[in-house]
Amino acid sequence: MKPQTRKTYVSETVAGLKPSGIRRFFDLASSMDGVISLGVGEPDFVTSWSIREASILSLEQGYTSYTPNAGLLELRQEIAAYLRRKFHVDYCPETEILVTVGASQAIDLALRAVLNPGDEVIIVEPSFVAYEPLVVLAGGKPVAVQTSGADQFQLHPMQLEQAVTERTKAVIICSPNNPTGTVLSRKELEALARVAEAHDLLVIADEIYAELTYEGEYTSMAAVSGMRGRTILISGFSKGFAMTGWRLGFAAAPEDILQAMLKIHQYAMMCAPTMAQYGALEALRSGERDVAEMRSSYRRRRNYFVASLNEIGLPCHLPGGAFYAFPSIKPTGLTSEQFAERLLIEEKVAVVPGSVFGPSGEGYIRCSYASSLEQLQEAIKRMKRFLARL
Amino acid sequence: MKLSEKELEIIEILEKDARTPIDVLAKMIDLPVEETEALVRKLEEAKVIVQYTALIDWRKADGREGVTAMIDVKVTPKRGVGFDEVAERIYRFPEVKSVYLMSGAYDLSVVIEGRSMAEIAQFVSEKLSTLDSVISTTTHFILKKYKHDGIVFDQGDQDRRIVVSP
Repeated sequence: MKPQTRKTYVSETVAGLKPSGIRRFFDLASSMDGVISLGVGEPDFVTSWSIREASILSLEQGYTSYTPNAGLLELRQEIAAYLRRKFHVDYCPETEILVTVGASQAIDLALRAVLNPGDEVIIVEPSFVAYEPLVVLAGGKPVAVQTSGADQFQLHPMQLEQAVTERTKAVIICSPNNPTGTVLSRKELEALARVAEAHDLLVIADEIYAELTYEGEYTSMAAVSGMRGRTILISGFSKGFAMTGWRLGFAAAPEDILQAMLKIHQYAMMCAPTMAQYGALEALRSGERDVAEMRSSYRRRRNYFVASLNEIGLPCHLPGGAFYAFPSIKPTGLTSEQFAERLLIEEKVAVVPGSVFGPSGEGYIRCSYASSLEQLQEAIKRMKRFLARL
Repeated sequence: MKLSEKELEIIEILEKDARTPIDVLAKMIDLPVEETEALVRKLEEAKVIVQYTALIDWRKADGREGVTAMIDVKVTPKRGVGFDEVAERIYRFPEVKSVYLMSGAYDLSVVIEGRSMAEIAQFVSEKLSTLDSVISTTTHFILKKYKHDGIVFDQGDQDRRIVVSP
């Protein structure tokens, strides 16, 4: 007779991971009709037609087999040219660039390639929900550094310095930041770079939102003097080129690190999808005008949305990049989770509670303004009504 | 006329949606409402903003569907005034929606809207062809509008994104 129950096969590490708080809100919001969603972390544009067309053409021509593990050489060459053109950093397409399945996979590979069990990785909070679990899954120990809304979620070199221990291996820096939209200037990056150098730290620079920077020229951590050798630059096509569903990202890093990442990638993933790589090739060759148009559209909506949030009594700093506003809900006295849940149920507006992005996100909510202007106007109307009732 | 960055922003926004409320427009370009209003007025007065129009899908208005034709017109230009005089004689007809001077196989491209094909045929044979300078006309009827002035007709604007994502 077979036993009615069986033991748990799930690993302790995975069992110990918290499910993403975003998931809960997804379930709740998807069970309702007529919801205006400000909860989406992706563009509201459909990928440009020329990119889709290039991908279709690759299928028509029968390019349906594996590409080299690191990605099409042609694509890596375009990425290298793009990084040089945009961020003034030089990488060798043959040995220092890896095409991945989204930037998320690149982060995973970076962590798995560098961490030894127990190595500490500094994460700047509020942070993208995947950093902490990915560090844990790679056998590392996440160490949070909390930033504060009072100074627009800037990471001060002193805070980084204080979080460093003998076991610190790396720090993950995301600029423009998800969820706060905060952008680190060249000066700020330089100050952080000096700490990284002093303590021999690796910087995993998540620059997926770099194309969506609204003021001034974007500075990549890899372009800061002395940092190219200790930076893994991670980016991709999802946000800037409106290609989230294509799952295509890339990493650029010094050869030894990149080759270690490639080793894992070739066993775990083989290569990124071929048709998506052909689409990405077209994105880099002809997408600049579309990116510029999307960027100015987001900037205008940001201006409208942030000014309106401030007007209705949700104080919000002007985010320099990405497409998130991160207003404070402290004046309401509610927790971010209570606020988000009540707003969803009472006014059918979905936002993400700030606490999902770590304890320092408590008291804030993440609102994506990658929605039509009409939807944003309606959302503001509903939020205003909601606040008046509290 | 050299436009400022803010003025360019205004016309870009209004070209996409002429009905953007002034307070929303002001926030989008980060200027006070009064200043934004003044800029819009200035652009209107300078005829940079020529008119605010609506793009109508007449097929959806029963009994008002109408017919649109594009007519290639060959003309003899006149000394001193070139094509301008004949172009003006053509564009003054109210049924003429647009007139362009073209390079290539013919000279003027004329877009006409009428209630029926018969009405357009009558216009072409009686009004257009009989003009002194007109040598020949070729009429093309538009069977279906897919895209007009950058706007795709019947485009589903359904948001396919999941409601909450990281």
